[in-house]
Amino acid sequence: MRPLPELTVENTAFWTGGARGALMICVCDDCRTAIHPPQILCPHCLSRNVAPKAMPGTGTVYSFTVNHQPWFPGMAVPFALAVVDVDGAPGVRVTAEVATDSPETVSIGQRMKVHFVQVEDVWLPRWVPMAQEKAQ
Amino acid sequence: MIPNKAAITGVGMSTIGRNTGRPAMDHLAEAALQALACAGLSRDDIDGIATYPGKADNSPGMSPLGTGEVRNALGLKTRWHSAVPDGPAQMAPLMVAAMAVMTGQARHVLCFRALTESSSQSAGQRASIAGSGRARIGGWLSWLVPANAMSASNWAGWMAQRYFHEFGMTRDHLAMVATGQRRFALANPAAVTRKPLTTEDYLSARMISSPLGLFDCDIPIDGACAVIVSAPDAARDCARVPLSIAAMGSALRSPETWDQRADLTTMGAHDAGADLWARTDFRPHNVDVLALYDGFSIFVPFWLEALGFCGHGEAKDFIADGNIGPGGRYPVNTGGGQLSAGRLHGFGLLHEACLQLWGDGGERQVRDARTAVCGMGGGFIAGAMLLHRD
Repeated sequence: MRPLPELTVENTAFWTGGARGALMICVCDDCRTAIHPPQILCPHCLSRNVAPKAMPGTGTVYSFTVNHQPWFPGMAVPFALAVVDVDGAPGVRVTAEVATDSPETVSIGQRMKVHFVQVEDVWLPRWVPMAQEKAQ
Repeated sequence: MIPNKAAITGVGMSTIGRNTGRPAMDHLAEAALQALACAGLSRDDIDGIATYPGKADNSPGMSPLGTGEVRNALGLKTRWHSAVPDGPAQMAPLMVAAMAVMTGQARHVLCFRALTESSSQSAGQRASIAGSGRARIGGWLSWLVPANAMSASNWAGWMAQRYFHEFGMTRDHLAMVATGQRRFALANPAAVTRKPLTTEDYLSARMISSPLGLFDCDIPIDGACAVIVSAPDAARDCARVPLSIAAMGSALRSPETWDQRADLTTMGAHDAGADLWARTDFRPHNVDVLALYDGFSIFVPFWLEALGFCGHGEAKDFIADGNIGPGGRYPVNTGGGQLSAGRLHGFGLLHEACLQLWGDGGERQVRDARTAVCGMGGGFIAGAMLLHRD
């Protein structure tokens, strides 16, 4: 099975924000640079005045792939994996597991909204195509 | 005149195979003794040893041997040793070896890479799957694997998809990379796959991670490769004409992640490639043979652009014009590459480039090859090296 992330001081807000339905991205309070993966200092201005902020939870597909190969026994395929430009966090992208029954319809430029699935102490983001989300 | 540069003086490669059942050390010893014979050196001449990444058990069969085991097995007495998991990709041990011989730490460094991914896979352990079997994962992988993006084919798939989108490349272009390298492999007795590959075979093969299919992925093998890096004065005493390391490039200007680089139609190779040419008067048009990392076919056009053989977005036409296959002006991976000869993590590509520079390329020999460029790595890490036979 797929491993879960180790929780650290830096990344706990990202992996647990889903408990409140929030996509948390680290932002520098001094220069407003959005920072991902999260760090304790800003790589742009080197300020330590950085903190996780809730983003709108939407984004745009920058690229994607449809995985057809089962990498471990019983892995359900195919599924889509996207790289999503995160709204509200310029320059930040996340690797996005796309929750859809039709992975072949994922496309560059498509709008997505984040949902979360809790596994142990981690809330894993799942991204749902927005047209599909409205239909649900 | 002997240039004051570190040089490659010998190379060796074991009999590469699928599911050989041979211990990694068996492959390694075969490769190392062959490299010694190639250089005209004895075991006692080797006073340095280097590898990438060192013994590692995080991915089955990925790196079964460290420097300690090899020193033990070959009875080496070294003045300097190094294993580099965190360096300019698979090029790292060659680069640190070059620096070691130029600072007097050693005279002849045995650099090696051994893999038993094929046997590991046959034993039911999937090779090259990040974090396989672990409950929790840290570092850069923790931003990929928990989202189910656990194979490098997924990460390379994003790069290919974006590149296709921006520049109009299609799978037909990648087919030219795969089938061209297979034609080279047909002339290489050491290649692990020597069955003809047609465009139809390529296009009809099963998809792995779109737009990358089966023949866009390199082949896990069991094998080992050894390369001896020598100091300039020591290289003079060797059996072969030394292959001078004319320049190396390892710049990185982007964060260490697969998804945060501002432009995913470029990769670490673009930083390292630019850095390479900043350190030499040679230019791409001086190059006779190219050894470009092809863990996935899409890395070949990326490396071509990274090293300035064509402009950004132009690789599809450069490939379609017949530049990189057999008979082309800029032949790439003349031994078949990892796509056809097997995944020796860049070392196999360099091995082939050295054979070409020595004129040992057999039926696939590129005429009068004197200068070769080698680029190793995909994604955010890369190392580039320029070799020249004086």
